[in-house]
Amino acid sequence: MTQPITARFKLNYDDFILDVDLQLPVTGITVLFGHSGSGKTTLLRCIAGLQHAQQGFLEINGKVWQDSQKNLFLPTHKRALGYVFQEANLFPHLTVAGNLQFGLKRITKKPDAIDLHRILELLGIGHLLKRMPDRLSGGERQRVAIARALALNPEILLMDEPLASLDFKRKQEILPFLSRLHQELNIPVLYVTHSQQEVAQLADTLVILEDGKALACGFLSETLSRLDVPLAQDREASSVWQVTIIEHETDYHLTHVAFAGGTLSLPMIDVKIGTSLRVQIYARDVSIALKATTGTSILNVLPATITGLTDDRSGQSVVRLQVGNQTLLAHITRKSTVSLNLQIGIAVYVQIKGTSILN
Amino acid sequence: MSLNACSRAVILSMLLLFSQTTWAATVLVAVAANFSKPMTEIAAEFEKATGHSAHLSFGSSGKFVSQLGNGGPFEILLSADEKGPQKLEQDGFTVPNSRFVYAQGRLVLWSAKPGYIDDQGKILTTGNFKHLALADPKLAPYGAAAVEVLKKQGLFEKLQPLFVQGENIAQTYQFINTANAELGFVALSQVIENGKITNGSGWIIPDNDHTPIRQGAVLMKKGAENPAAPALLNYLKSAPALAIIKKYGYDLPQ
Amino acid sequence: MLTSADLDTLFLTFKVASLATFLMLLLGTPLAWWLARTNSGWKGLINAVVSLPLVLPPTVLGFYLLVLMGPTGAIGELTSWLGLGTLPFTFAGLVVASVLYSMPFVVQPLQAAFTSIGEQPLEAAATLRASPLDTFFSVVIPLAKPGFLTATILGFTHTVGEFGVVLMIGGNIPNKTRVVSVQIYNHVEALEYSEAHWLAGCLLAFSFAVLLTLYTVLKTQPVTHPLK
Repeated sequence: MTQPITARFKLNYDDFILDVDLQLPVTGITVLFGHSGSGKTTLLRCIAGLQHAQQGFLEINGKVWQDSQKNLFLPTHKRALGYVFQEANLFPHLTVAGNLQFGLKRITKKPDAIDLHRILELLGIGHLLKRMPDRLSGGERQRVAIARALALNPEILLMDEPLASLDFKRKQEILPFLSRLHQELNIPVLYVTHSQQEVAQLADTLVILEDGKALACGFLSETLSRLDVPLAQDREASSVWQVTIIEHETDYHLTHVAFAGGTLSLPMIDVKIGTSLRVQIYARDVSIALKATTGTSILNVLPATITGLTDDRSGQSVVRLQVGNQTLLAHITRKSTVSLNLQIGIAVYVQIKGTSILN
Repeated sequence: MSLNACSRAVILSMLLLFSQTTWAATVLVAVAANFSKPMTEIAAEFEKATGHSAHLSFGSSGKFVSQLGNGGPFEILLSADEKGPQKLEQDGFTVPNSRFVYAQGRLVLWSAKPGYIDDQGKILTTGNFKHLALADPKLAPYGAAAVEVLKKQGLFEKLQPLFVQGENIAQTYQFINTANAELGFVALSQVIENGKITNGSGWIIPDNDHTPIRQGAVLMKKGAENPAAPALLNYLKSAPALAIIKKYGYDLPQ
Repeated sequence: MLTSADLDTLFLTFKVASLATFLMLLLGTPLAWWLARTNSGWKGLINAVVSLPLVLPPTVLGFYLLVLMGPTGAIGELTSWLGLGTLPFTFAGLVVASVLYSMPFVVQPLQAAFTSIGEQPLEAAATLRASPLDTFFSVVIPLAKPGFLTATILGFTHTVGEFGVVLMIGGNIPNKTRVVSVQIYNHVEALEYSEAHWLAGCLLAFSFAVLLTLYTVLKTQPVTHPLK
């Protein structure tokens, strides 16, 4: 069961080539990230069998779904998967309940009533069962689509930019549901997106795709801070830390959280002590000092070691740092890098100007 | 438009028409389907002899009568019977006293298969055929004549279930010619060439076996002013036309 | 008034049209589905052949059928060899001709309906464990319902209204091939205008009622966008 998912595909059409060879974990959310045209959706469709890669090998849970060398290709309807499309793609001639039952009627290993009830509750759609799809909001439709896929008891859940067609408000409506899925499901989820926000919020494992190739594949924090990946250069580059609430300081309206190797002070968050959550730190909000300066208004000043350093041509440096056991990215000017004489291996202090809570 | 301008326009257009038609006028003729072959030849001769031309439309007489009673454009009707022209005359659509019989049709029992039909028509009693084609007796005089023939021979009741009816005599010929019906009653003019039945086999019905098929011609009021119309009707009575009519197996009008 | 012979032609017409419509749906559905989905090079050719009756004068079609289905025609030889005899002047022949003649009126609305469904509901069904055949019955047919309704009604009414083909291959046999359109024509030719009026009036009223139902029913139905 703990065998990783193996996905190898070579696909060639028009002037696009998909060529990937991936080992993906069997737990948590793996985000396939890339810009449009990077091949992320094509990869997902190959895994679903909606697209037939000429050359391919796909093994999930010890079951081989495709092996082009043995001429094996399981059609989509014989693959134990759940698929959520970018557009909810509900059947317009069926009610919400009818949509949910569509797949249920066709599987042998049915989930029990408790599981189904849990899915409805998790996605908050219990009150919509009798509605027709055209009477649902975009967000409701997408939640029904997710429930419809989950109800199949799939061995893997594939999601193709499920939030892309929604406006900001609807996205905020669904993201919490997805985060809860993340915590409550024990099936692997492959999630395609081009949104860094969704990456930061949902990914456990991150695969970065560009021009049909996988540039990087690994744990979120590692992959995010890889300097050889364009993501680190991006204006929106960030680090994501898993933290635990340890104390609320109500006088100053602050919350203190612990991460592996230190603590941070954050603006007050109204959650219980002991709760675990994700904190996103943008690289542009991190500055570097050689000494632990005292006369600063910045609360979070932490000791760190430089583990990586790059320059780009625009006068900006990307610095990767080790803070405790966490990795942190900082964007600073090239001039500062030179004047501070920053080198790999030297000890510095990082000043974190801002953080945002992800869930 | 004032009356004056109106009448000027009429005179002008009549002058224009007249200047053209004195030389070579065109007459529109509705021709019963059975008479299509001889009429095509006659029209060609007519054009050579007079310089006028005749535009021919072929079809069932019944349809033409309906059309002429409702403003149809034909100037002459060559019907397969006398009934149609008579009706048009009664209804006042024709030029008085222009109606005459131009030919008397002959009926033939015909098959596309050579040697299938004997010269006595015994096949009607002995033959093992599935379909007997004839023109709809209600609509076409050749169909009505065929029914008369069968009744006279006492075969009508027996053969009626085998009837396949064409809307006109040309369509009836098509049924037999494509072998869909083994045999049937058509006009002699349809199967005769140079005085003989050259294709398939046939029995020319004796003309006292049925009421004579007297085919009437009439000049419509529409054609009264067209010099080509009376010219064509006169030409139909001329020796060259009568020769053609006879060649196609018609009896000449008495 | 309608005579009993006129009533017979009405009844026969209804029978021919019902049977032909049933057969057209049976044959036209897979054909339309194939046309809507295929990328094959044959698509253009098949589309052209199916649509041919739209542009051919019915008499041309009727004449070809008369020749082809006759004892010396290719179809005629086949049916004779099968022991079915030849088709002209028979009820079966009329049904076959009607199917060929009205087929585009069934195939085209179906093809349009199938095309408009698009890929997405089919893919959704596949991810929900439905096999292609299962998907066809559980998703495609319900989504294409307006198309089926249009196809049925157009196929039926067009068959009722057919004339030239019947004239060519029917032979005007009572209770076998004498359909209402031919009967009206014969009434007119025989100058029986009052009978013609009665029968034509019936046909007009029937066709109008059917089309009115079609357009009002289709209009009041919720517009379904398969992609949402």
